Formats: sequence, structure tokens, C-alpha cells
Amino acid sequence: MSDNERRATVERYSSGERTNHWLIALGFVLAALSGLALFHPALFWLSNLFGGGPWTRILHPFVGLFMLLVFLPLAASVWGDNRMQAADWQWLRQLPDVVNNREEHLPEVGRYNAGQKLLFFAIAACLLGLLLSGLVIWRAYFSLYFSIGVIRLASVVHAVCAFVLICAILLHIYAAIWVKGSLHAMLRGTVTPGWAWKHHRAWFRQITHAAHPRTRSD
Amino acid sequence: MALQSLDIVRRSATTTAPPGVREAYTGTVAKLIDTTKCIGCKACQVACMEWNDLRDEIGTNAGVYDNPGDLSGESWTLMRFTEYENPKGDLEWLIRKDGCMHCADPGCLKACPAPGAIVQYSNGIVDFHEENCIGCGYCITGCPFDIPRISKRDNKAYKCTLCSDRVAVGLEPACIKACPTGALVFGTKEDMQQHAAERVEDLKSRGFDQAGLYDPAGVGGTHVMYVLHHADQPQLYAGLAPDPHISSLVGLWKGAGKPIALAAMAFTALAGFFHFVRVGRNQIDEPDEAAARQALDAAPQRNAAQRPGAQPPDKRP
Repeated sequence: MSDNERRATVERYSSGERTNHWLIALGFVLAALSGLALFHPALFWLSNLFGGGPWTRILHPFVGLFMLLVFLPLAASVWGDNRMQAADWQWLRQLPDVVNNREEHLPEVGRYNAGQKLLFFAIAACLLGLLLSGLVIWRAYFSLYFSIGVIRLASVVHAVCAFVLICAILLHIYAAIWVKGSLHAMLRGTVTPGWAWKHHRAWFRQITHAAHPRTRSD
Repeated sequence: MALQSLDIVRRSATTTAPPGVREAYTGTVAKLIDTTKCIGCKACQVACMEWNDLRDEIGTNAGVYDNPGDLSGESWTLMRFTEYENPKGDLEWLIRKDGCMHCADPGCLKACPAPGAIVQYSNGIVDFHEENCIGCGYCITGCPFDIPRISKRDNKAYKCTLCSDRVAVGLEPACIKACPTGALVFGTKEDMQQHAAERVEDLKSRGFDQAGLYDPAGVGGTHVMYVLHHADQPQLYAGLAPDPHISSLVGLWKGAGKPIALAAMAFTALAGFFHFVRVGRNQIDEPDEAAARQALDAAPQRNAAQRPGAQPPDKRP
């Protein structure tokens, strides 16, 4: 590989961050599929993926806890980069430009854009809601400590949070397909300088002013 | 549990019609519990244990006559005793046989996520089919009477079956057969209402002005009904719900919100697909790479250590 080509990648996600992300993704897919099995009769067949109804009921809360657990290190590391700033609100006001790929009209974006930031906080809020409500409706261990009214409320909260989370993740998945290069960034860790320049220019400036982008040999 | 039936009017977590060609042409059934005739002998509890081969753990005496202390996976009915001091200052010993009310609009069935774990027969009996039960406890969440219990032995939900197996072959429930005072009677719901009306009239003539039948409309009526001396205050009878109905939270959780949410999730996924079709991917073109290269070349090649506040080169900001 020539020197030039080697320089042509910028590291966006370290191997640790990638591992972390895909562990959360694994937890989400398993929790969502097992949860949807209990959400609507039309999806009860999904319980077959987990070894039947009782196994789905047994596994789902543990899978949920796993997802939350692996989300914590990611949340800790990206929390700061996801704080909303003035430019983010401007970015959101220009949502038509965003969805129509007219990025040149948008304010410069840092490590994460406003959509990613809102998604992050939506996920964090939903996971917190799912944890608290999930403990209440976890019949095997915790429901006995709560009144029937609290259990009923928690059942609704759990369903609503799960619904919002699933919709948010569907958007997240599509965004990764839509913005070409994002999936590679999360799979192999790198983006091209052009990618960083186009989608996260403020971040691009930040890293290139501090140093040259790290070269990678893969 | 019962034999395979062709007389199922409702089936849990099922969106198509259950097998139900057999209708209850002779009317639905009902158990009438006359609290004014009950002496609290618990013969009904024993009959229930015997017929259903249930033996609950022997508990501890909590200082009251309730024995066992609560319903469980192995105790599907029990007497609840209340010492009530009436306004005249007299003690009334109110005894209520507790157990499944077999609601016409069953909250357990509405909440159940497992197809066929809860069914409602055309005769009105609400029955659990434990081989389909997944043990989630949603039936407990849905029940307005706090009746179903998850067995600690097998993690399945259990409750009174109204002896659906006996009724299916023309017998009366075991508890009815055992009652020595006639406090428990069984028949068509219409007959039971008629019988109750006679009892209420008799009670009123004996000074119980508020005597009445408990057949709460909030759950569409029940197939287990009570004759109460104080029908205006059902809560006197160990907290019997004065106006039971499926909680609005359960309605929200299990009602129209579900298909709408499912559709919204499908719509979200479809929105992505059609965005792809109409707008397409956001790609990097050669000019972007060129601009980035230009910016890189123009960037000051300073050592991080010389720039206060800058991150070391091997640490990504």
C-alpha cells in the first residue's frame, strides 16, 4: 500500500468502541426480537427464535440488562461529544437540507451531528425507562415489591419506551446505510478524509489541526 | 384445563376467530355465592383441593381464620373472613369465598401475550391452558380482582377453572357439591340471577335493606356472583372491588395502541426504504476528497506538545 493511500484514512472509532457498539447492537436485536414477541400476537412467532414462549420470558430481562450494561461505557465515553450546541439547533431547523443530501447548506458538524446527538439521548432515556419499568414487571424477582397500579403503569412505560427505542434504532440503521461510509466506520474503524470533511467538518478541522490524521495499514 | 373444545369465544393473543361453532343455546353458566348463608366451613376449599389434586404448602397461622393466607398456584379458592362492626355497634362476621370471578370481559385474557394460554368458553367460563402459559404474569397485571397466581413449582399461572372439566360433562363444580348450607349454587346465569333476586327479597324482609346481587357491569358481568347483605359496600367483604373494570392503563397497554405502534414501526422502516428510493445515498465525491486533501496539506504541521490545549497526536479528541 502506498504512503498516500495509507494516509487516506482517518480513524473514527477505535477497536474498543467498535466492539462496544456491536455488543450493544447484539443486545438490542435480541431484546427487541424477544420483546416484540410479547408485544403483539402477530409477532409471537419470534419467541421460537429463543426456544419458545417460556424461554423468551426468562431470557428477555437478562438480555435487556446486558444491553444496558454494555451501553454504559459507550454512554460515558460519548456523553461529552453529544451535548447540543447552538449550531445543532440550526442544523435541525434545516432538516429538509439534511434529508435531501444538501449538506453544503448546513452548519459545520463536529464529531456528531444533531440527529446523532438526539438519537443518543433518546436511546439513553429509553434505556433508563426500560430498566426502571422492566424491573417492576419482572415477575420472577421484583414484581412482588410493587403495587398493582405501579405494575400496570410500568407495563405501559415499558411498551412506550421500547416502541420509541425501536423506531430510533430503525432510523439509526437506515442512517448508516444512507450516509455511505458510516457502516465501514463502525465495522473497520476508519473513514476517508473526504468523508470527515463532508459530514463532520468541524471534527475534521479539530483532528487535523491537532495532528495529521492517524495513518493505518489496514 | 379442559378437553379440546369447539365452543371458545375468546382466545388470548389471537387475532382471528377461535373455534366456536358450538354456542351456549341454553344460556351461560354461573356460580352464585350467597355470603349470607356461608358459615365459613371451608368444605369448598377442600373439595377444590380434592377434585383438582392440589395440596398447598402448610402455612402459618396469622391470627385470623383465613387459611391459607392467600390464593396461590395451589389454592384456587379460599374463604376470606372480615369482622365488621356495623353502625348499630353489632359485630358481623362477613365471609367471602374468593376466587376467579369469570368476567364476561376478562382482563387476564386481554393482557395475556401467549396465544391460547387463556380462553373464554361460550358458557362463560374463563380458563387457563397452562401448556401455553409462558409465566410472564401479565394476567395478574390485567385482572381487576387480583386472582391469578404464578405457581412457584412450575412458573405457570393458575386460578379457579369453575371446574370446566366437570361442567363440560354436565356436572356442577366440586365446591358447589361440597357446600353444606346451600350458600353455593350453580346453574345458568339467568337462573342464578332469579335465585339471587329471591334471596335478596328475603334478606330485605329481614332488615338488610342494602342486600343485593354483585354482578359488576364494569367487567360485563361475571359468571361468579355474590349475594351480599351490604351490596352498597362490597369493599367490606375483604376488599371486594366496588366497581371493578379493566384498568385504563391495561386498556392503553393492550388496546388500540398495539397495532398502531406496530404500524408505526413498520412505517419507520418503510420511510427509510423510500428515502433511499427517492433521495438516495449521501456519498463522498472526488471534490470532497480533494478539498479534504487540500485542507490537510494546509494544516499547520505542529507538534501537539507545542500547542497548549491540543491533544497528543495518538489520542483522538
